[in-house]
Amino acid sequence: MKTFDYVIKDEIGIHARPAGNLAKKCKEFASVITIAKGEKEAGATKLMAVMGLGVKCGDTITVKAEGEDEDAAIEAVKEFLEANL
Amino acid sequence: MIKYTGKGVYGAVAIGNVSVFKRQGAEVKHDHVEDIEAEKARVEKAKELAIEQLQAIYEKALKEVGEDHAQIFEVHMMMLEDEDYNDSIINLIDTRKVNAEYAVKVTADNFAEMFASMDDSYMQARAADVKDISNRLIACLGGGGSSDASGDGKYVVCADDLAPSETVSLDKEKVLAFVTSHGSSNSHTAILARNMNIPAIIGVGDEFLENIKDGDFVIVDGFTGEVYVDPDPETLEVMTKKQTEDIEKKKLLQDLKGKENVTLDGTRIKIFANIGSVKNVGAVLQNDAGGIGLFRSEFLYLENDDYPTEEEQFKAYRKVLEDMGGRKVIIRTLDIGADKQVDYFNLDKEENPAMGIRAIRICLTRPEIFRTQLRALYRASAYGSLGIMFPMITSVSELEKINTICESVRAELKAEGVVIPDNVEHGIMIETPAAAVISDLLAPMCDFFSVGTNDLTQYTLACDRQNPKIEPFVDTHHEAILRLIKMAAENAHKHNCWIGICGELGADTTLTETFLRMGIDELSVSPTFVLKVRDQVRKIDLSK
Repeated sequence: MKTFDYVIKDEIGIHARPAGNLAKKCKEFASVITIAKGEKEAGATKLMAVMGLGVKCGDTITVKAEGEDEDAAIEAVKEFLEANL
Repeated sequence: MIKYTGKGVYGAVAIGNVSVFKRQGAEVKHDHVEDIEAEKARVEKAKELAIEQLQAIYEKALKEVGEDHAQIFEVHMMMLEDEDYNDSIINLIDTRKVNAEYAVKVTADNFAEMFASMDDSYMQARAADVKDISNRLIACLGGGGSSDASGDGKYVVCADDLAPSETVSLDKEKVLAFVTSHGSSNSHTAILARNMNIPAIIGVGDEFLENIKDGDFVIVDGFTGEVYVDPDPETLEVMTKKQTEDIEKKKLLQDLKGKENVTLDGTRIKIFANIGSVKNVGAVLQNDAGGIGLFRSEFLYLENDDYPTEEEQFKAYRKVLEDMGGRKVIIRTLDIGADKQVDYFNLDKEENPAMGIRAIRICLTRPEIFRTQLRALYRASAYGSLGIMFPMITSVSELEKINTICESVRAELKAEGVVIPDNVEHGIMIETPAAAVISDLLAPMCDFFSVGTNDLTQYTLACDRQNPKIEPFVDTHHEAILRLIKMAAENAHKHNCWIGICGELGADTTLTETFLRMGIDELSVSPTFVLKVRDQVRKIDLSK
């Protein structure tokens, strides 16, 4: 399993569109990818659940990936977050 | 006559008859089904149809309101495909043997409730999106088309609230205005209405909708947020006049969009815009400015609790350059100090901060701050057409020091493999009398000048900008100021340097002719003044 923390920089936090695009991106991988904020955790491919985490600007999220392509998955998510959130 | 008041979200006046918006699928029956598989297949088919419709709406919105506001429909498509949302619908059918419509409704209510109970207003507003996609799905299950304002002719559409997809689906040719009893000015409907240039008033209250009926004669004043039902003759006359004037004014501005900034005798000038945040780029483009003549980088410092990192700055600069699509963007390096104080800079308290450690003086005494900003600027330069501008210059030696630092930053970046295009321009603000007087010495050292008339006035006339009592002594058209600008313009042109004006005087249309005669190459004004100045330029004849 691979994991990393990321601090959200987008003003409105994880909002609908990037959450949707993130879900799309994560579906490309076989690994199970999750996003957690504090106690709450959501599957990264689930747009509404990710939005439901209520991640705001300045919040730290923990991204986890587990599966055969976890290295590639984690890199892709990292790149996506840096470019969009 | 009855008057209702709400909040105008787009300033325009409409006069006409009411069409009350009718929505299908508001009532959802709760049925028991035997053939679960058939019911699930219906959901699948309805979902396909709904996505098809959304794709069409997305494309329509793309043309009507642009990508930024059309994106919501892309999000709607994504929401319709959401695993949890779909699982919930299928689960309800499986376990409770309910009809598809009811399963969608219950799911919608649950998800909408989740968003509505979140503690931030953005997420709360997403409850409306969930309801919107679910209503569409329910309509698709019934095989019916979407609802619409019916009838011939043009109408003032009245509704409790309008979902984004409903606003876009309406036949714009038939809509004079929107009036809704609810809704917020941040709702997509408000944004879309603004972009469609349709007068809209939101939040007029429930009473309005209870009393209004199809065919009622109304006046909608989007400027004041007032709706007059069955207006008296005097109100009708006043409002008709207001409407005519507004249409004429907008037409004039619309006519000027896309037109050149050229005088009757063929002299051209560039009209750019001044902005202070990445968010204002939309206004720059909407008002048809040829570029950004002054992008104040201070916001990066003022909005932060600590020095903005190179990466943060790089992203902001890159975004502006990209959004401007190759048009010139002149970014001014930090102008902190004087009236703009930032705690973490720990600047000493000064007797006379306007003449103290500010702007380039901070950069030259604390080069590490300056270098970070320059690195971010040069790294972003490949994404558009960048000009870097230095404020508060008073001497040749300052500019020599700046140029040495710039060279060393460029060399450092090149060694790291960063490509810096050759077209990056370097310029200075002419905002001190000293700079104007020695402009013949400064011009050979840079690509452009930009006159900051606000500070130039303050320093030339010895009039404190911050002191309102001194206003009677401030003559912004003072001959001394105009002579300094003229001197700078002449010296600039002798040395192949171009000159612009980015202070408030640039938007003063009583001086536009004077500036044109001086040979000023560019005027940079706040976005809303761009077309006004263009209008003025096009009326001037320098041959006379």
